Amino acid sequence: MRIALLYYRLAALNELQYRANFFFQLFQAVIAFGTGLAVIALVFSHTKQLNGWDAYELLALFGVQMALAGLIHALVQPAMQKLMDDVREGTLDYVLTKPVDAQLLVTVREARIWRLVDVLGGLTVLGYAITEIERAVGVVDALGFVLTLFLGATMLYSFWLVLATMAFWVVRIWAVGDLFEGLYQTGRWPIGIYPGWLRYGLTFLVPIGFAITVPAEAVTSRLEWQSGAGALVFAVVLALVARRIFRFGLTRYSGASA
Amino acid sequence: MSSPALAVREEGKVRSLVDFYATTMRTAIQANFAYRADTLLYMVGTIVEPVVYLVVWSTVARSQGGDVAGITAGEFAAYYIVWTLVRQFNLAFTPYGWEWRIRQGRVSANLLRPIHPIHYDLAEFAGWKFVAFTVWIPVAAVLVLVFEPTLDFGALDVAVFVVAIWGAFVLRALCLWTLGLVSFWTTRTAPIFELYILLELLLSGRLVPLQVMPGWAEGIADSLWFKYTFGFPIESLVGDLSGAELLGGLVLQLVWIGAAWGAMSLVWRRAVRQYTAVGN
Repeated sequence: MRIALLYYRLAALNELQYRANFFFQLFQAVIAFGTGLAVIALVFSHTKQLNGWDAYELLALFGVQMALAGLIHALVQPAMQKLMDDVREGTLDYVLTKPVDAQLLVTVREARIWRLVDVLGGLTVLGYAITEIERAVGVVDALGFVLTLFLGATMLYSFWLVLATMAFWVVRIWAVGDLFEGLYQTGRWPIGIYPGWLRYGLTFLVPIGFAITVPAEAVTSRLEWQSGAGALVFAVVLALVARRIFRFGLTRYSGASA
Repeated sequence: MSSPALAVREEGKVRSLVDFYATTMRTAIQANFAYRADTLLYMVGTIVEPVVYLVVWSTVARSQGGDVAGITAGEFAAYYIVWTLVRQFNLAFTPYGWEWRIRQGRVSANLLRPIHPIHYDLAEFAGWKFVAFTVWIPVAAVLVLVFEPTLDFGALDVAVFVVAIWGAFVLRALCLWTLGLVSFWTTRTAPIFELYILLELLLSGRLVPLQVMPGWAEGIADSLWFKYTFGFPIESLVGDLSGAELLGGLVLQLVWIGAAWGAMSLVWRRAVRQYTAVGN
């Protein structure tokens, strides 16, 4: 924990040197949000409900998706990309020789704090959507939301870790980032709209739909306890599996000299 | 004033350019076949996008009693499946690539070559298309089985389509290349590129068939080039355009390519003057 904070402080200090980046990030966030809102507006100009979700509920889902995306882009993706580079170039030695847990270290040593702008934006959209939704959001809903959001973030992190660990076997996998980004777009819509096989794929194979839809269900008071419990079990299992795979990958790593 | 000697040189130039394209494309095909897994992963990443649009719009179509703006679920399926092929073709060298080149000071080597650097990128990506096409076939077969598109096209549609996807590639490649040249002035091209993508998303038929857009937006889209990089090729195959509309579309696509080429050469000439190698 102390190590994590230390590394993040370092990353923050590093990025604070480049203040102009903040404005670029802000501009990019505006574009990203503009795109998402335009799409939602377009869909709802043709229909009132999408598979039982109305416009504001879908807006809440969009907020959750963007907030989680910001979190992943800020804290997870840069670290995973660095992990893959290090495996390819053999510079992972510097991590492995340190006397701390390797998974912890590869996870925290790289961050892009400006991307947290998206988290703020996503939460703003979510907040606005909630005030427009007519049903009141109770304390239970709010608690459920925070908990499932945390579980969702855990799932997405574990999924990225598994993808990045593939670098130990297949060396050239630049496309992994594209793959994640592509799949992540599925999370913008409630998982229920996908046909059966795809829905199962997006729940268990790639936990993206699950990770985003469940918190959005919580905040729109439509979460059933089974989904919540399922999310809990699944997040734990996925985290453990990802850790096992990462460890197993490490045994394949042969270092810079090879 | 074309003296015989000059004519010979001109002919030699064309021949060597053709030769250059053939060789570079062959090399690109081989290089990319060696990394099929990478291409496949990439394709899965790009295919998710239209599948999501398809699922959303067929849900809307069904809830509206069968169609949105006259397009049925089956027609949406056809549109977005063809979309995936058009996407493989209109993929081109991005401004991110330019930013990287400039940062690394790689442009110096390109400048030393005797032909315009655009040819190198065009040929390289053109070669990749053949690899992408072979990887695309099984993927498309699965999509067809799953989404049951309404497919209905004639020989002319296919002929126009084959030309139009290459046109889409050249047009989009030129636009992105020109946009990438902005890196000669600033190393921050990402925001500009993303703005381009946003416009493309809404005005090209990438997000939805243009009929689904509100009327005024469709009007804007008609007077810009974006639709010739996505919507027009797709609709040439699966839309119901008349023969005149098909050929007219090809002509307009060609006009836009000419304009883009002009813009590209102009910006390139200024950009080179701006260039100072970074580092090595």
